[in-house]
Amino acid sequence: MTDISASSFVRQDLVAERAAPAKTTGFIGFLRTRLLNSPGNILLTILGLLLAWYLIIPALRFLLVDAVWTGKDRTACLTEKAGHEVGACWPYIQAKLTQLIYGFYPEAQRWRVNLTYGLGAALLLPLLMPRLPAKGVNSGLFFFALPVVAFFLLHGGGIAGFGVSWTAGLLQLFEQSIGGAGDLLVNLSKSSAIAPLLWVLGKLLVLAGVVIHWLIYPLTWLRDLLQASSLPVWSDFVVTAAVVSAVLFVLGGGMRTGGKVLIGSLLTFAGIAVGIKLMGLDRGGFPIVDTRLWGGLLVTLVIAITGIVASMPIGIALALGRRSSIPLIRIFSIAFIEFWRGVPLITVLFFATYMLPLFVPGNFSVDGLLRALIGVAIFTGAYMAEVIRGGLAAVARGQAEAASALGLSWWKTTSLIVLPQALRYVIPGIVNSFISLFKDTSLVSIVALFDLLGSLRASFSDPAWSTPTTAFTGFAFAGLIYFVFCFGMSRYSLFVENRLNAHRRH
Amino acid sequence: MSIAPRKPPLQLALRLKRALGGKTGWKGVAAQIAFAAILAWIAYEVVANARTNLETQHIASGFGFLNYNAGFDVNQSLIAYNNSDTYWRVFFVGLLNTVLVSVIGIVFATAIGFIVALCRLSPNGVLSRIGGIYVEIVRNLPLLFQILFWYLAVLAALPAPRQSISIFGTFFLNNRGLIVPQPVSEPGLYPFLAALAVGIVVALGLRHFARRALFQRGQMIRIWPYVLGCLVGLPLISMLVFGWPLTFELPQLKGFNFAGGARVIPEFVALTVALSTYTGSFIAEIVRAGVMSVHKGQMEAGSSLGLSRAATLRLIVVPQAMRVIVPPLTSQYLNLTKNSSLAVAIGYPDLVSVFAGTAVSQTGQAIEIIAMTMGVYLLLSLTTSALMSIYGWRINRSMAA
Repeated sequence: MTDISASSFVRQDLVAERAAPAKTTGFIGFLRTRLLNSPGNILLTILGLLLAWYLIIPALRFLLVDAVWTGKDRTACLTEKAGHEVGACWPYIQAKLTQLIYGFYPEAQRWRVNLTYGLGAALLLPLLMPRLPAKGVNSGLFFFALPVVAFFLLHGGGIAGFGVSWTAGLLQLFEQSIGGAGDLLVNLSKSSAIAPLLWVLGKLLVLAGVVIHWLIYPLTWLRDLLQASSLPVWSDFVVTAAVVSAVLFVLGGGMRTGGKVLIGSLLTFAGIAVGIKLMGLDRGGFPIVDTRLWGGLLVTLVIAITGIVASMPIGIALALGRRSSIPLIRIFSIAFIEFWRGVPLITVLFFATYMLPLFVPGNFSVDGLLRALIGVAIFTGAYMAEVIRGGLAAVARGQAEAASALGLSWWKTTSLIVLPQALRYVIPGIVNSFISLFKDTSLVSIVALFDLLGSLRASFSDPAWSTPTTAFTGFAFAGLIYFVFCFGMSRYSLFVENRLNAHRRH
Repeated sequence: MSIAPRKPPLQLALRLKRALGGKTGWKGVAAQIAFAAILAWIAYEVVANARTNLETQHIASGFGFLNYNAGFDVNQSLIAYNNSDTYWRVFFVGLLNTVLVSVIGIVFATAIGFIVALCRLSPNGVLSRIGGIYVEIVRNLPLLFQILFWYLAVLAALPAPRQSISIFGTFFLNNRGLIVPQPVSEPGLYPFLAALAVGIVVALGLRHFARRALFQRGQMIRIWPYVLGCLVGLPLISMLVFGWPLTFELPQLKGFNFAGGARVIPEFVALTVALSTYTGSFIAEIVRAGVMSVHKGQMEAGSSLGLSRAATLRLIVVPQAMRVIVPPLTSQYLNLTKNSSLAVAIGYPDLVSVFAGTAVSQTGQAIEIIAMTMGVYLLLSLTTSALMSIYGWRINRSMAA
């Protein structure tokens, strides 16, 4: 026994604790590994900190410390009056705030703008939260109901008829145009080498116009009857609701399965009726506020939201067209998309402002804001088409094939199987398009509309507030608004992207 | 017994149906006819309305106006121009100004983009955060906002010429723009340029020769001393023989303004600064994504093959990163060129500003002028996308090989 204890070593006491390893996490670890791990890095850190110091401190001094907070006019923001070097001139923003938010919208009517902002926010926020239910109803309200309600709220005015008279009016325009084209060809055939061909074509068109005239005669007769009644809007509304609901009921499968469709249609019409009643559209609606009085953030938001709402259907149609196997439709979609993506937005706005009025009938004047909206919608639609095409390409082929195997038609395959998945994939892309659209709305100030930036620029020329720091103050304020919107949306897009890619995270 | 497969039947009708109507067949043909009819109707309406409207407003049509006298001045032109020149010349003056601001903007944007990307990729915590903040701020503000900020706030706040901010006594910044030394050509200029051109051609030839030798015979030839000799030596010799190619005339403050030197108008300065910082932030993100897309294992594989760190970067990492970087980088260059049309907001005389702006308001011929302006940009972007698809095709081929 003693031999063993002599030849072998048995530890009698505990090993001394070793020092903890250098910390590589937390703030201390960050300091050690990312800031001060080598002489070169120490130098870079010091340089970086100096740079930040010389940028952040003057900015904070300008915005907060040296700023003037109260005052009546420019004299408050002059160095002589303030007694120190003057930074931001916030009274100027206070004086111009309403102009920057509403433009020259009449003061008594501003509650309409606020109500529209509120409605938009109330519909948009639940749409952005993935947890909340009823996305279908919600997006329907946001994309279809809100634009119409917002138009009558912001612009004012009422309606003289409803579905029947609108359809009749449109068809009559079509009939006149066809007849006009026919007459023109017949006239042209008197002085042309291919006279007989032109004459025949012209007469055919005139004939088509006459046929259309008699085909739509019942509709125009009904329109005249309804307009002559004591409550033209409501009688027209009831007829339209009845006809549309009946058609949907039959299309939805009649007695067998059409009940649900019928209830949905009736509920929609009930909602529309409530809207008409609440806004008094049948009695002329709200007083009309000309769009030339709109301005500031209102115009920025109107253009951005209309642009994104209008660009969705355009984009979906173009993306489907570009993937179609029908040659003419594919070629047209490609040409349309590439054309509008190839030119700068400002030329599109010039096109909409100067050329578009020449293309519509002379007695039909297009409002300045509407022109810009049309330009923006076409431009964004072309970009949106490419985004959506990416989503369509991301849907596995097997999905569409399985749908065809089940016997679904192309329309049903696309609208029920492919598009819902494709649109889910491209939510981040759509949000990114919206960000760039939101930034691009500032361009409308070049075609004489006063959006946020345009109103800001207009406010600089007010002599009552001209001080050396006015411009910097204005840019700081407007920049903050733009930044909050764009940065918020880009974070949201990242959030959705992470959610969609949850299965790929590791 | 032959087992060769039978040829499929010709089925001409089927092929015709397929070519005309796609997968949907005759139904597709009918859809196309309806679609064409609608397009024709819209086109007819547009043309008919335009004709009536132009007649009632007494606006001429056609491109004849291009030969008329423009009668207005342009405050910056690269080619000789005065107000008795034609609209054609206005078009080219505007086009050249667009090209000038785009090229200079692209150079600066690339430099800013790569520097910021390096900062963001740097292991140093402070630098990467500064880079990140720069990118977030600049990307989230509208470009027009930034152009106006530089033009209306920063440049307008600069002092008058007498109190100019001097940069090394050669550049002067004031509220009338940037005064730079003016290069004056000397007799030695043309021999110098010729020597430089010869040097570049010879260097390219040498590189081609060396690569052929490496790929065909496995022979490494050291060419850099000769390339250096061609690129630096030849121009040096020409300078020794023929004298300086250029001298610079320095600006001097005389009275209330500068004499000598060249003045860069403030609109140009504001536009270039805004365009290059804005596009630079997008380029930074592209470069960062490109570098991060190269797998870490590539660097490790390079060093396990015995390549030095520099050689690994040059031969393995950068070529793979460039493959990811180049297509979006090109589209950023294109965006910058298209965005230069925002010059109209501050009155820099680019194509949109002088041609689609002033010329439209003078002649009223909006259709022709805006179509021409759009055509220029469209041509540019279609050319770029064609070049990019050739590039993509070559990359795919080299990846497949």
